[in-house]
Amino acid sequence: MYQYNEFDRQLVKERVDQFRDQTQRFLDGNLSEGEFLPLRLQNGLYIQRMAPLLRIAIPYGTLSATQLRTLADVSRKYDKGYGHISTRQNFQLNWPALEDVPDILAELAEVEMHAIQTSGSCIRSITADPFSGVATDEIEDARPYAEILRQWSTLHPEFAFLPRKFKIAVCGSENDRTAVHFHDIGVIMAKNEQGETGFEILVGGGLGRTPVIGTSIRKFLPKQHLLTYVEAILRIYNQLGRRDNKCKARIKILVRALGADTFAEMVEEEWQHLKDSPSTLTDNEISRVCAFFEEPDYNSKVNTSEPSQLTENKEFSRWYTNNTRSHKQPGYRSVVISLKGTGTPPGDVSDTQMELIADLAEKFSFSELRTSREQNLILPYVEKAQLFEIWQALGGSGMATANIGTINDITCCPGGDYCSLANAKSIPIAEEIQRIFEAPDTLDELGDIDLKVSGCMNACGHHHIGQIGILGVDKKGKEFYQVSLGGGVGDNAAVAKILGPSFSQAEVPGVIKQITDIYLDKKTPDEKFTDTLARIGVQPFKEKIYAKTH
Amino acid sequence: MPKLIKDGAIANDEWVLIESAEVEGALPSGNLIVPLALWAAQQEQLLARDEEVGVWLQSDESPDKIGDRLRELALVAINFPAFTDGRGFSYAQLLRSRLNFTGELRAIGDVGKDQMFFMQRCGFDSYLIADDKDTDQAIAALSSFTDTYQSAQDQPVPAFRRNA
Ligand code: HEM
Ligand code: SF4
Repeated sequence: MYQYNEFDRQLVKERVDQFRDQTQRFLDGNLSEGEFLPLRLQNGLYIQRMAPLLRIAIPYGTLSATQLRTLADVSRKYDKGYGHISTRQNFQLNWPALEDVPDILAELAEVEMHAIQTSGSCIRSITADPFSGVATDEIEDARPYAEILRQWSTLHPEFAFLPRKFKIAVCGSENDRTAVHFHDIGVIMAKNEQGETGFEILVGGGLGRTPVIGTSIRKFLPKQHLLTYVEAILRIYNQLGRRDNKCKARIKILVRALGADTFAEMVEEEWQHLKDSPSTLTDNEISRVCAFFEEPDYNSKVNTSEPSQLTENKEFSRWYTNNTRSHKQPGYRSVVISLKGTGTPPGDVSDTQMELIADLAEKFSFSELRTSREQNLILPYVEKAQLFEIWQALGGSGMATANIGTINDITCCPGGDYCSLANAKSIPIAEEIQRIFEAPDTLDELGDIDLKVSGCMNACGHHHIGQIGILGVDKKGKEFYQVSLGGGVGDNAAVAKILGPSFSQAEVPGVIKQITDIYLDKKTPDEKFTDTLARIGVQPFKEKIYAKTH
Repeated sequence: MPKLIKDGAIANDEWVLIESAEVEGALPSGNLIVPLALWAAQQEQLLARDEEVGVWLQSDESPDKIGDRLRELALVAINFPAFTDGRGFSYAQLLRSRLNFTGELRAIGDVGKDQMFFMQRCGFDSYLIADDKDTDQAIAALSSFTDTYQSAQDQPVPAFRRNA
């Protein structure tokens, strides 16, 4: 993974100093609440219902065992002993004290971590496939380009005060695991006719109250032009994006208003001025950064056969099927550590769990970890022969629930329990749903189903792109939930369709159960939920569900 | 009285800012910073005066609108109605790199120490800050960071080319 040099280290340290000064001025009354707000947001600090929320960057979801240990330490020392993996692969503390934040950041800086641009109206931390470098469907490792974009966007002087937040994802694989179509800029690694790798560029995707699928404005951009092209997009957006209405300020609204073709022409024109400027990437720089992401020192004598315990241990075998993934390197698998045990908020991880995971990463996965958009942790490089031991260790700490990819692998925002913008709670809904489907045979029968919950239309839980989406709404001061079906990413990028009138909290689990019953009833043998849904549409679900309840 | 920081030091403001294009009677004497609308309407008269002319841009006025005689201006000011309105950062970059403006580039409006480092990088060289703000702190903030990744007006070569 990327290692800081003196330059990176100094910059992060100076940012900590700057933030310490800003926080002190606020505490001393020399900065008003209103002045401090955008400044603290740029450094990942929200003030929430209970306490501040500090969002720590995990760039493109890659972190080391040492970094995870520090997160465990910080969670214990400054918070309540747990943290939360966000849908943008970052790490959130829910209860730090404002006065402590500069010290937390200083501790993080020691292990090459920071909270720079994890919130606020600026270029946010960059996301990428958590299986980068190990996935079997990879075109090219996305992380070097995500790192190049990270450096370029960090404290970019021109784009620190954009009309609104700006999210970039880099997808390097055939099957998109980044929701690249739902980012302000989506960078997709692509090959041209000569077989060279470059990027397809999408703009104007996003979730929130107006979900939009990004539009491709350039089919192939040679690698060296990545920064100048992205800079051209940002420059147009910074000048023309709406600043009069927060809800209309994202680039998606600008692209819609101008028309994607016109927007693309404006970018092209701006880019002609920037193209070939010193920001053009050099082969040297690309190979310098790529060198940080080279393959680990794989065991050449690895045992490539399947783990022997698979045949005799049904539970292990189920976990193997659901929670591990195929790997580029023969004899290896990647392991998804389930942070979705029933009864703990999806994506939450305790200090002791983090320490256990760090141990496992050190012992079995070249000390490296990943965070996923689905709010789980991943061990990217595990020998098959070690899987049984890992399974046992995780099981002892409640993290071997064999539910990855199933309906119980729920993506869920913090919702009303933490978030002051929430219309409704989301964590209890997730738990009630998990209770229905918990039985392993039920999960086996249902197969892959992607269910996502957000507590309000800001869509932090990505409900728009869940195959089943649940959205908290406010109905005359009461918490209600809208259910939608058919969201997806990648080639199946789609915004889920709302089923109909919303449901009370008590009704929701029953409705989700009905949805799965209809699926089981209508599916052809071996047909996945998403395929049945695509074949029969939303109508049969609507008819049945509303016939019964109304 | 707002305070002026220029080229990294406290300076005397030798300019008079005309806030509105609706001026009653004759223009005052002295070096004038006029709104874009006034510049558009009275370019000839303004340039014919003995004293210097500058133009200030509102945050929705692109520097393209100044027109061909930009190079005859000694100063361009960009207003930040709120520090979170970041259009002026792009305008500054465009003025310096695209329109080749070499005169004084001044940030006015809601200008604070937390933005000045970025402003300087984008090509500003003077800052009009509110009376109650500490000038020493503001000047110190111009060097908040020893070095930075990207290219900008203060350092056209990005770090990856310099450190290669
Ligand atoms: C608790 C504090 C939080 C607040 C105040 C907050 C606020 C918001 C707001 C206002 C939006 C809508 C932005 C827009 O439409 O322009 C949004 C979107 C989003 N947030 Fe959060 N959020 C919070 C926590 C989270 C968490 C915990 C996650 C991850 C689990 C998250 C991930 C996202 C994502 C992925 C989006 C959608 C991005 C898009 O619109 O394209 N946020 N958030
Ligand atoms: S979706 Fe709404 S309730 Fe959930 S975290 Fe985001 S802002 Fe809060």
